[in-house]
Amino acid sequence: MKILVCISHVPDTTSKINFTDDNTKFDTNGVQYIINPNDEFGLTRSMWFKEKQGAHVTVVNVGGAETEPTLRKALAIGADAAIRVNTPATDGFSVAKQLAKVVQDGGYDLIIAGRESLDYNGGMVPGMIAGITNSNFVNNCISLEVEGNSATVTREIDGGKETVSTNLPLIIGGQKGIVEESDLRIPNMRGIMMARQKPLTIVEPIDVAPETASVKFEKPAPKGAVKLVSPDNLDELINLLHNEAKVI
Amino acid sequence: MSVLVYTESDQGRFKKTAFEVASLGKAIADQLGTTVTAITINAGDTSELGNYGVNKILTINNSALEAFNAKIYASVIQQAAEKEGTKVVVVSSSVNSKYLAPLLSINLNAGYATNVLEAPVSSSPFIVKRSAFTNKAFEMFQINTDIKILGVSKNSFGIKENKTTAASEDFSPSIPDSGIHIVSVDKASNKVTIADADIVVSAGRGLKGPENWGMIEEMADVLGAATACSKPVSDLGWRPHSEHVGQTGKPVASNLYIGIGISGAIQHLAGINASKVKVVINTDPEAPFFKAADYGVVGDAFVVVPQLIEKLKAFKAHQ
Repeated sequence: MKILVCISHVPDTTSKINFTDDNTKFDTNGVQYIINPNDEFGLTRSMWFKEKQGAHVTVVNVGGAETEPTLRKALAIGADAAIRVNTPATDGFSVAKQLAKVVQDGGYDLIIAGRESLDYNGGMVPGMIAGITNSNFVNNCISLEVEGNSATVTREIDGGKETVSTNLPLIIGGQKGIVEESDLRIPNMRGIMMARQKPLTIVEPIDVAPETASVKFEKPAPKGAVKLVSPDNLDELINLLHNEAKVI
Repeated sequence: MSVLVYTESDQGRFKKTAFEVASLGKAIADQLGTTVTAITINAGDTSELGNYGVNKILTINNSALEAFNAKIYASVIQQAAEKEGTKVVVVSSSVNSKYLAPLLSINLNAGYATNVLEAPVSSSPFIVKRSAFTNKAFEMFQINTDIKILGVSKNSFGIKENKTTAASEDFSPSIPDSGIHIVSVDKASNKVTIADADIVVSAGRGLKGPENWGMIEEMADVLGAATACSKPVSDLGWRPHSEHVGQTGKPVASNLYIGIGISGAIQHLAGINASKVKVVINTDPEAPFFKAADYGVVGDAFVVVPQLIEKLKAFKAHQ
């Protein structure tokens, strides 16, 4: 089985979010970058396929050279090869078009991307790849089994879960649940050393016109101070929630 | 030319987000000088849509569409959009709408904005305000394609009444093959879901063990709320993963979020920040949650929560 895991290079979850250039650009100053957590769950599941069922795992990112440490980390975790499409990630559509080209050129059976990235929260790339390549697609995946050419996938739905059967090639929008948090792997020294020897191929982008653009950012207004209510006066809390906040 | 809104229903009844989607559709139609068409799939009685500014309802009743299928539903909405000559399609942020919208976007060559918070800031160029960086920032987002798809963030634009006379029209789209077959569905039918809840009662490691969740469930019952939990609690297996809210869990955008014994790590707060009013109950006055909350009680959950439940019961009895 040939697996492609799409890796988004995102600010660490605890990063301070600031903007520069008159609030038009994300301020990368002092920001640590990580593998997008929703992607890392999928990467970890692909390691399981590799070890238990035999699979060749390629990771891919659309971005500049600054994203390569994130791809190297994925190689250190155990991916066999990496591809970087050499163009900035401008919008969800253009990223999906670049990734769809990689999917089609590589003849992958299973493509796993996170349900959304932690930075722009677009949540559209996996579905768009499926639309462009006309492949089967399951979003919000919390369990994935593959047997030959067929897959059994469970997705989260509002208030529960749904299990479906489908065939490869298959695109997955992954999230926590596809593996557990405790299954995530920290690269060890051997993995890091081996990652240096693994191929990281730079692919030139295809021409795509973005459909959307980021114009400007704003930060939420600072919040007022918390109103503290004494634990001996809980009637006051109910009064505030009923008469002031009007939520009960 | 009309704005097309996909009004979701579940077992023949509209979901609350359907009215939110219709309300935003009406605001956009007013900006563009056009009307609102709703598309409904096996929705039962559709007359309610006339309360929220819908002018025309495309009614689909087809047993082949009984179960949701993203590819098929995307195709059906695409056919409706093409028939209506729609330039703007509005969908919700439900799990199903977020599943189908990227497919619809490719089908219609339409730029797609998710997590949209309000009516467009400008219609030419077409710019919407959306949340990004897990509610830590807003993004002004321009869509340059002829057709636009907006996914409205739950509980942001709100439901706006707008009486219209909605004309209903039967619509029979063609149904494509999908390649995906449902094996089983596991859904608690009597529980309020986090996605639909107006109030969410959530608890963290401060509760010390899964055996202490009875009072959380009781408070949720009294308030008609959904229950949720912090990430450590779901990682420890005290509560199911489906209850984990936060950056890598479920997003919460309820009217009221009550966090009990949750310290308020940045990842947790990011995921619940879209909630309108936040209450924290925690023994530690230095817990970061107090900086993010609107109301706080510094106290022991095991003392405060049972008392609060009794007082809420008395309050509800007088309502």
